[in-house]
Amino acid sequence: MPGDPFLTLVWAGIIGTAIFIYVVTDGFDLGIGILFPVMAPGAERETAIATIKPVWDANQTWLVLGGGGVFAAFPLAYAILMPAVYAPLIAMLLGLIFRGVAFKYRARTTRIWLWDFAFFGGSTLAAFAQGVILGAILQGVKVDGRSYAGGWWDWLSPFSLLTGASVVAAYALLGACWLIWRTEGAVQDHAYRMAWRGGAASIAAIAAVSLATPFLNHDYFSHWFEVPGLYYSAPVPILVAVAGIAFIRALKRRAEVAPFLLAQALFLLTFIGLGISIFPWAVPGQVTIWQAATAANAQAFMLVGVGALLPVILGYTGYAYWLFRGKVGAEGYA
Amino acid sequence: MFDDMSALSLARFQFAFTVSFHFIFPAFSIGLASYLAVLEGLWLKTGRDVYLQLFRYWLKIFAIAFGMGVVSGIVMAYQFGSNWSVFSDRAGPVIGPLMAYEVLSAFFLESGFLGVMLFGLDRVGKKLHFLATCLVAFGTTVSAFWIIVVNSWMQTPQGYGIAPNGQFYATDWLAVVFNPSMPYRLAHTLLGAYLTTALVVGAVGAFHLLKDRRLGRAAQPATKIMFAMAMGMVAVTAPLQIFAGHEHGVNTLQHQPAKIAAMEGHYESHDRAAPLILFGVPDDAAQVMRHKVEIPAIGSLVLKHSIEAPTTGLDKVAPENRAKVAFPFYAFRVMVGLGLLMLLLGGWAAFNAVRGRLFDNAWHHRLALAMGPAGFVAVLAGWITTETGRQPFTVFGLMRTAESASPLAAPAVAASLIAFIIVYFFVFGVGTWFILKLMAGEPNPGEQGPSKEQAADVGSLPPDAPFGFQLAE
Repeated sequence: MPGDPFLTLVWAGIIGTAIFIYVVTDGFDLGIGILFPVMAPGAERETAIATIKPVWDANQTWLVLGGGGVFAAFPLAYAILMPAVYAPLIAMLLGLIFRGVAFKYRARTTRIWLWDFAFFGGSTLAAFAQGVILGAILQGVKVDGRSYAGGWWDWLSPFSLLTGASVVAAYALLGACWLIWRTEGAVQDHAYRMAWRGGAASIAAIAAVSLATPFLNHDYFSHWFEVPGLYYSAPVPILVAVAGIAFIRALKRRAEVAPFLLAQALFLLTFIGLGISIFPWAVPGQVTIWQAATAANAQAFMLVGVGALLPVILGYTGYAYWLFRGKVGAEGYA
Repeated sequence: MFDDMSALSLARFQFAFTVSFHFIFPAFSIGLASYLAVLEGLWLKTGRDVYLQLFRYWLKIFAIAFGMGVVSGIVMAYQFGSNWSVFSDRAGPVIGPLMAYEVLSAFFLESGFLGVMLFGLDRVGKKLHFLATCLVAFGTTVSAFWIIVVNSWMQTPQGYGIAPNGQFYATDWLAVVFNPSMPYRLAHTLLGAYLTTALVVGAVGAFHLLKDRRLGRAAQPATKIMFAMAMGMVAVTAPLQIFAGHEHGVNTLQHQPAKIAAMEGHYESHDRAAPLILFGVPDDAAQVMRHKVEIPAIGSLVLKHSIEAPTTGLDKVAPENRAKVAFPFYAFRVMVGLGLLMLLLGGWAAFNAVRGRLFDNAWHHRLALAMGPAGFVAVLAGWITTETGRQPFTVFGLMRTAESASPLAAPAVAASLIAFIIVYFFVFGVGTWFILKLMAGEPNPGEQGPSKEQAADVGSLPPDAPFGFQLAE
């Protein structure tokens, strides 16, 4: 029972949206973990962690929707890709375990440094592994029939290490910009300094990944440098440059919310760029989204759930953010 | 040690290990979330501070247990693809949407309102906070519903077709969701979760009652209330659970007779008056039960409600479709034995309560304390029974476990398995230690919630925190 061609596109959009929301929300949570070692123990770390304590769990849930969504809507792609990225996937899960429990444990021990290290290590490992998974999928995997046919080290390449490091840098930028928005005083001053460095690293990473990606396979190249793909893709690098300049200016004038929003805009543009590269493949060069799509009645059945529940989810998630709005001090929320 | 094991065996062991560890936390947090909602409701209704004390006391424990459930649950969500990719590909069009519904209707609800529940009491006011607690409790129950739907469809599939490419697809979603074993498995699982929580709460209450008695001081009102509530719950739920479990068994007999044969240790069929095997040592190679202790004729009565009824043994099942008997046979006996002990505990509590001696009977309290972990053991034994009894299939009768696994090299699965074992024992061992430490303290009139306490407690705990490696300082 094949999928419906239009609903397949809708589902690709839904999953892309879920992954994007994950990346930009849990991205700042993980970014704070990545930056933890350069923050001072005590007030600064307590403040930073207090800003995300009520929301990180909900942010992380988008990863379950992203992964679960691929399983549900594109089971063949899920079945091929998950074994292909086995090692970094397991690393990401273990990283998220340490990161997640560190929130609870560090409040219950005298040896905070141990769980601060787990928070940093878990966040960094999860971010790096997510980047490696992205790179491994972009560079393509071996497929035989309906299964992954490569080895269990195939994911490892200079390109996947580059994407891994890039995601760490970019999440650190999001974390710093989130802290600029949500804190004040010395913590905010430090966040500005971290945002400068994170911004420089992120822009360098965007440039490096952008230059490397089109040469991974011919398809990507044609999407970026040949007509008609060029018409759609050309605005993306231009907008990246515009957003990058606006970001630098926002930091210079010590804007509080703009850096975070512009960092999000940079994420959105690179995300669209990735979409341009990879479309219409679910497994690059091997399986298109239409080939990987689940049955049409499953697509429709799930769409009912998404239509009914996603607006509600966005509503109460927004409410939770609004509830815990405002500047946060070391004593945390009331 | 993994050289002679296949990638398949390793993947199976990894799934068994990670899902067993994972389920410990939901088995506790499903019941605890509901208990918290009841406590907060009682606080709002009566205004008595003691309920707020209890709410805050158990909320701190809930926060840790729930957190461990979430992080171990994400592993499960991805493990379908990483280790069971062929299963994911073929069964995906049926079970994928069910799991997507779990995420959409339960996970977001739980995680979205957990922050409000833990940190929001002073921000939203009592009534909205109570709503958040209820929504978290509701979310845990909805989550149980969907995952039970998935598991039950794998046990008793219906409403499906099989496409030329080998993929299952749904022909009738209502039939998929309301498959024959789902209502029974759901009732049995939820009652198991409530019972598990009640036993834990009861054991904590009993611990403090015994301690107060030993120190010669009067028990705190909060301790008495939690013990009484827990024992009341056990007294009501244990018999209900035994009834639900029996009905579940009858349902299994109808749809998976091979599983019942393995659970009962019935290698042979009987035309009438099948015995009830109490204990024995199954020998799959010879297909006989050795050293068995049995009651004649009662097996037919228990399973079919008639001594004259015939029973089906494994001899009627094709050899390649038989489960290994030892797992379901022993696990089933562990579960039933603990269930009977729970019945005893609840009945004894009711007897003591009628005599007005619920808080004075030290031997009853000792039994309640010893039974604290019994719910977890029983729940895991129950899952081992039903999952190993489904073998050698993942989708019962339709898809074999051997053809479900990912094309992975054994060293890859072995390495990840070792990593999971080390990390789980360390991380969840520490979490359990924190929970036990919280339980060792008595709920007191100044009980703080998780938000205030966390900032205040930093650096004020005794220096005996677990697994902290003291470096030379």
